[in-house]
Amino acid sequence: MVATSAPTPVLECRDLCISYFTRAGEIPAVVDFNLKVMPGESVGIVGESGCGKSTVALAVMQYMGKNGRIVSGEILFNGRDLTAMSQEELRQLRGSQISMVYQEPMASLNPAMRIGRQLMEVPLHHEKVSEAEAHDRALDMLGRVKLPDPQRILEAFPHQISGGQQQRVVIAMALLSGPSLLLLDEPTTAHDVTVEAGIVELIGEIAREFGTSMIYISHNLGLILETCDRITVMYSGEAVEVGTVKQVFDRMRHPYTRGLFNSIPLPGADKYARPLVPIPGQLPLPHERPDGCNFGPRCDYFKEGVCDHGLIEMRPVSRETGHESRCRRFEEIDWDAAAPKRHEVEEAPLGRKVLEVQDLKKYYEIHDRSLMALLTGKEPRYVKANEKLDFDAQEAETVAIVGESGCGKSTFAKVMMGLERATAGKLLLDNQDIGQLPVQRRDKAMVGYLQMVFQNPFDTLNPSHTVGSQIARVIRKFGVERDPDKVKERVLHLLDTVKLPRDFYLRRPRQLSGGQKQRVGIARAFAGNPKVVVADEPVSALDVSVQAAVTQLLMDIQFEHRTTLVFISHDLSLVRYLADRVVVMYLGHIAEQGTTDEVFRPPYHPYTEALLSAVPIADTSVQKKHIVLEGDIPSALNPPSGCPFQTRCPRKIGKICEDEVPPVREFGAGHRIACHLTPEELTAMDPVIVLSEHADETALQPEDAAAPSGDD
Amino acid sequence: MATVTVDVPERGWLERLESTRAVIALILLMWVPLNVYVMFGRSFGDFADYLLVPAVPATALLYFLTLRAFRESRIALIGATLVFFWLFMAVSAPFLPLVDPNEPIAPFTPPLTEARDHFFLLGADFKGRDMLSRAIWGCQRVLVWGVTATLVAYVIGTMFGLLAGYLAGWWDEVISFIANVFLSFPVMVLFIVILNYLGASGFNIVIAVTFASAPAIMRIVRGLTLDIKTRDYVFAAQTRGEAPLWIMLVELLPNVRGPLIVDACLRLGYTTVAITTLTFLGLGLQPPDPDWGLMIRESAKTALLWKFSYMLLVPALSVSSLILGFNLLADGLREISLKD
Repeated sequence: MVATSAPTPVLECRDLCISYFTRAGEIPAVVDFNLKVMPGESVGIVGESGCGKSTVALAVMQYMGKNGRIVSGEILFNGRDLTAMSQEELRQLRGSQISMVYQEPMASLNPAMRIGRQLMEVPLHHEKVSEAEAHDRALDMLGRVKLPDPQRILEAFPHQISGGQQQRVVIAMALLSGPSLLLLDEPTTAHDVTVEAGIVELIGEIAREFGTSMIYISHNLGLILETCDRITVMYSGEAVEVGTVKQVFDRMRHPYTRGLFNSIPLPGADKYARPLVPIPGQLPLPHERPDGCNFGPRCDYFKEGVCDHGLIEMRPVSRETGHESRCRRFEEIDWDAAAPKRHEVEEAPLGRKVLEVQDLKKYYEIHDRSLMALLTGKEPRYVKANEKLDFDAQEAETVAIVGESGCGKSTFAKVMMGLERATAGKLLLDNQDIGQLPVQRRDKAMVGYLQMVFQNPFDTLNPSHTVGSQIARVIRKFGVERDPDKVKERVLHLLDTVKLPRDFYLRRPRQLSGGQKQRVGIARAFAGNPKVVVADEPVSALDVSVQAAVTQLLMDIQFEHRTTLVFISHDLSLVRYLADRVVVMYLGHIAEQGTTDEVFRPPYHPYTEALLSAVPIADTSVQKKHIVLEGDIPSALNPPSGCPFQTRCPRKIGKICEDEVPPVREFGAGHRIACHLTPEELTAMDPVIVLSEHADETALQPEDAAAPSGDD
Repeated sequence: MATVTVDVPERGWLERLESTRAVIALILLMWVPLNVYVMFGRSFGDFADYLLVPAVPATALLYFLTLRAFRESRIALIGATLVFFWLFMAVSAPFLPLVDPNEPIAPFTPPLTEARDHFFLLGADFKGRDMLSRAIWGCQRVLVWGVTATLVAYVIGTMFGLLAGYLAGWWDEVISFIANVFLSFPVMVLFIVILNYLGASGFNIVIAVTFASAPAIMRIVRGLTLDIKTRDYVFAAQTRGEAPLWIMLVELLPNVRGPLIVDACLRLGYTTVAITTLTFLGLGLQPPDPDWGLMIRESAKTALLWKFSYMLLVPALSVSSLILGFNLLADGLREISLKD
């Protein structure tokens, strides 16, 4: 993997420094950055938001905007310095030699042009080929990115195809000119896991088939493991660790990299035995970086006099393999020691049954208001958002509802909160049916009993009111306290509980970071002493290290108050980590439910199996079964007949799946799978994720031999 | 946990003056006396002039605060200066060394000349009244009625906008339909119809402007509301079981404020144009008290002669500078809001 045969790298960044110039002065975004991409190599850049990874990509494309400038260093593309090129030369390179795929496919495609036209522009512009030739190439490329029915897609407008297909079209567009370098900036972040798995597989195939070099930018370590050869970990504008994926994942030599790994839930993590370890503190603002090591203030191994002065250089960990770390103390640190344990958590004993869902259905009626519909007397159609939901939750229990977008999990949350009324069935909260009861008609105690933590931290707080007043409103509304002094005291106490400083009382939401806002959101949800809290993807919009902290906090408060937590999520790693029971939903139906152990072990529902295999896991010792689902989730307006999953199921038996709704099969107490496969067939499945303890040792041996033993 | 305190840093007089409450107090101190003076000044007799005494320092202080707040945008500073120039003229008119604006002294005196022991800086009109005095006194009525009319239009437009946007369904259908009906009339025709029917007076101008402006304001607020009501904090309020009225006033209203303030500055300009035009057409405020539109109307025929064009130019330029001030203020506010 290291340069021995190929002489010139496709891309080389040398001592790159990039700054943005704003009213506040010069803000260094990237400092002293080195990167080498060899032909055919995939390099991952990983880091949290604000670490400068996207700035690097923009610098390579030379799209720095009005106020961004490369202060020093050079970017060599096939040996030529990009910073010295004229606008005309750059235009020739962009889109033909260097292509970029952005996060949001809809923003990359022109909504007013047919896809075929947009694709044809690439060869028409760069290679001046004929119309017919361009058309043929576009058609061919759509087939190669595995799009079904390329001819139809060529004729379609971007909004007529699904998000996953759009991203494939964007990748096809990037590949049409046969670039030697492909930049991918979080290409799958906006997609569901099963769609993501398909795109990741495609990216891997591209690397093999076209021999294109790639820079893959992501915050997800698991994705980097699946796609890249080498990895650069960035923190606060600097690369802190560089090496092959195996080196960095198995023998990390920078405290930040280690912190990252400790804060993501890996298959071995368990909320009782091995809790997540969040990185303390916050990312420093670009103009408030500390002297010496940027990570110093948050580092467990920080040593005064060593880490807090001067410029910290990248130093090689082992000379031969190109593994480098920007840490002064990596030789002294005992990397094999277990991660510092936060505190012991004992298992919470479950209490009585609090929530019971029985045959709950929620249909939305769609009226066709056109004149034709009136004349022909067309029947209203239904969107079946929830179909026969059936599960329950106990006191102090965490029940996770898992599924991809459009599976009806948010609709269920709305029914529960009383914003929508159930079409049929019962939703019993402490034996009181609230399924038909809109929130205005529930009594105050009931409303306070059931609260919610929302997904988007930037939306969850009203920007016009102070943090304190928003929490205080909940306390007064539910009559927990009335006396103004006592209300204030309780708000401050809640701020302590969510580990925020007390002077946040007077702050406005825009002065808070995403993680802090989410903490306020949690404080607000718990302000009325709720018994059941619905958390709708509470951490999915946060950075990895913040995610761990907020997750821990949520669990600590839940433990203390013995609250029932209904945790809605698409992130199976997180669910496995924190949930006691899991409900897997697909297209409004429950596909499988059971305790976490039961769901993550065979027998699986075929959908659970596919979901599990689609989740990227940042652990080299994990071996996964490889299942990629075909196609997209069908529309809930026009669901498939029989089993909802039959259109994409890799284990489809045949006609019975299309005709009959699958029976719910019981495996032990409470583990239920809705599938036509016989119990024997289901039990005979292999586990998707295998932790192979020996795999990593054998794989590491050659490197161990290469690196001198005095390494650590 | 007996006593809980939040550390509030000690604030200087300037910070204290810049707090929302102080600014609102200052605005009221400027605006209420001016309004009462212009609308009901006659019933106070000789005492009327004393009404404006607190308004003068309040205006000066407000101008100072505005300069500080808008120091980042040059456009906003120019706009604020123009608007505050006229505001200051309006509140201090009785205390300035001006002759009675209605007293005929020397007809057809050109600017910068002296006649009958009086120096006419801007000349005198066809009846011999001092143009300078008339221009300064005239701004009172345009400002007061213009701002009042816009304010009323905003209150009504915002109210219906919130109702239509938040409650949706039939509320939206009915309110939007009525708004569309009003929007389909040409503004001037609407004004003329309403004022002809109700008679010409300041309060009827307010009604006319409300009918003409409120539908457009309602549309803006409705659009903003439709966007904001999907935010999680509105869901949070709904799941708390808050009443719709509370959600509209506390959760939604403060968040539609930003774009509305910019729009309000622009609309103040339109309203000023509208009021001036109405007075020019003889539908608005009635003679003999000075008013810019009235001044243009009265001198329209005489000023056809080049020699007397100053009679037209003085009120016309006054109107233009005030409208320019409002528009620049809107531009500047937009610029400032985009920076954050």
